[in-house]
This record gives sequence, structure tokens and C-alpha cells, in this order.
Amino acid sequence: MANNVYWEDIEVGYEIPKWTRKTDFMHWNRYAAVNDEFVYIHMDDEAGRAGANEQGAFGMGNLRFAYLHNMLRDWAGDEAWVKTVGLQYRAINQKNDILDCVGTVVAKRVENGEHLVDLEINVVNQNGQGTAPGQATVVLPTRA
Amino acid sequence: MSEKLDTLVTEEMMEKRDQWSEPRVSRPVSESDIRKWAIAVYWPEEPPKLYWDEEYAKSTRYDGIIAPLDFNPFAWPVPVPPAAPTPPMGTGQGTNAMNGGQVVEYVAPIRPGDVISTSTALVDWNERETRLGLTLFSTNETRWTNQNGELVRISKNTSIRY
Repeated sequence: MANNVYWEDIEVGYEIPKWTRKTDFMHWNRYAAVNDEFVYIHMDDEAGRAGANEQGAFGMGNLRFAYLHNMLRDWAGDEAWVKTVGLQYRAINQKNDILDCVGTVVAKRVENGEHLVDLEINVVNQNGQGTAPGQATVVLPTRA
Repeated sequence: MSEKLDTLVTEEMMEKRDQWSEPRVSRPVSESDIRKWAIAVYWPEEPPKLYWDEEYAKSTRYDGIIAPLDFNPFAWPVPVPPAAPTPPMGTGQGTNAMNGGQVVEYVAPIRPGDVISTSTALVDWNERETRLGLTLFSTNETRWTNQNGELVRISKNTSIRY
């Protein structure tokens, strides 16, 4: 559901609403089908184990990249613009992991007429592990 | 016993630096491509209307359906490109590789009917001792432009080799 969030209403330290998915082959296969990303380590348990993941097949990093964008968009709304997203992949997305996409506002600024918020973002699993730490910058609408 | 390398930077890298690849062009993006992508990344929830409901989308600043920002217009190419050759991993210094992450800057939205052009260049590297040994961080930059020549997206991808 799109909301409109205004730059003036956001404080540094604000934690944006969490965006959660529990993923398995249903999600990975659907993503593979649109991104043409059919790779055996994401589709087959034996291949996952051969790829050094004892638990078998695992999720593609690109899907967590997409989920973080969903989190930002769902919080900021349709009148905002996600300007940058950066991340690194630090841990594997195992089958049935509960993935919480999280973000905290770390700065607010105005640059070239754009009202910006900078966030630290991550995809945290049920073990509290940050699997994809990163940062984002969002242009928010202003009441001005 | 092989000699320890004092650099992982190759001559090929030095020659390729800042050389932009021949642009590759996507098929025209369709409303259906956008809708299917949105369904997949939002599954099992219904995706936001901005990505599939033209009437709603026209009421926003975008004045029409746009693609999710993470959308890839280069999926499903024909002919299918050959698999990139992978050098043998773990066979010695400089043959181990890791994805060092990416930073993407979004400049303009992608709309139904857009044709996106992409080009990539090796733009930077730095090398230093880490806990993995001598480690090379290389950055490739990829730029997308649309049929109007507008910049759509800049992506910087870092590869790690040690």
C-alpha cells in the first residue's frame, strides 16, 4: 500500500517498516523465471551441496536486492524516488529463512534541490544475522 | 612451489581500463514484462498498482506504469549468450573470486515501450594486503540509457580476487 512520506516528518534514527519474506523454491523459481536466472545451485539441493552449501539449494542474491527495493518503495510511497542502493552479500539465504528487510535513517540533507534521506539497510535472518548490509538514499517529497 | 605474485593487476586490465564496451540493446520493455517482474518480487502479495494499473499509475508523478527499479530489461536474450568461461577456482594465488557487492544509482524510470542500451567499463581497482593475502578489488561500471538518450541507471560492481 503506497503511503506518502514527507522529508520534514522523518527524523534521523527512524526505523522504517520491516519488509519480510520467508523464501523457498516458490520464490526463487518465480524470480528465476523473470530474470532468466536458472542456475542449478538455486534449483537443486545436490548442486547446492556441491557448491559448498551443506543445506542444499539457496536463494539468489538478486532476490534480496529486489526485496530491499520493495521495502524502500513500500515505505516511501509513489511520490518518492529511490536514488541509490548499495549492498554486499555476506551470508547465504537458506530455504525457509525468515528474511527481514530493515532500514534506519542515518542522515537527512538537501542537495541540488532534492530532499534526501540516507539509510543503512540490511536483510536480517531469523538468527539475527545481517546477510546483505548496505545503504540507500531516497528522495522524499517535501511539504515546502 | 610457485612464486608469490607481487601484483594481481594484469596487463589486460591496464589496457581495458575506461574502455566502454560496444552497447548492447534490449528488446522493447512490455507492460507484461513489468507486471510479471512485479508479481515475482512481491510474491505472495499483490504488487503495487504503479507497476500494473495504468489508471492508478497515471495519477502519480510518473503519469503511467513504470518498472520496479530493480527490473532487468536484459533478461531473456536471443540468441542465448554463451556461458562466460570460469577460470579454475582455488588453484593458486589470484584464482579465488568473490562478489564484492554493488552500488546502483537510479536516474530515470523505465516505461513500457522503452528500449535500453547498456555499456560497461572497468573503471577502477585497488590492491592491498587483507586477511586473505594480496587482494585485488576491481570496479566495473555499467550505464543504461534509453531510446531518448537519457541516462537511466549507473551500476558499480566490485569483484574481489585473491
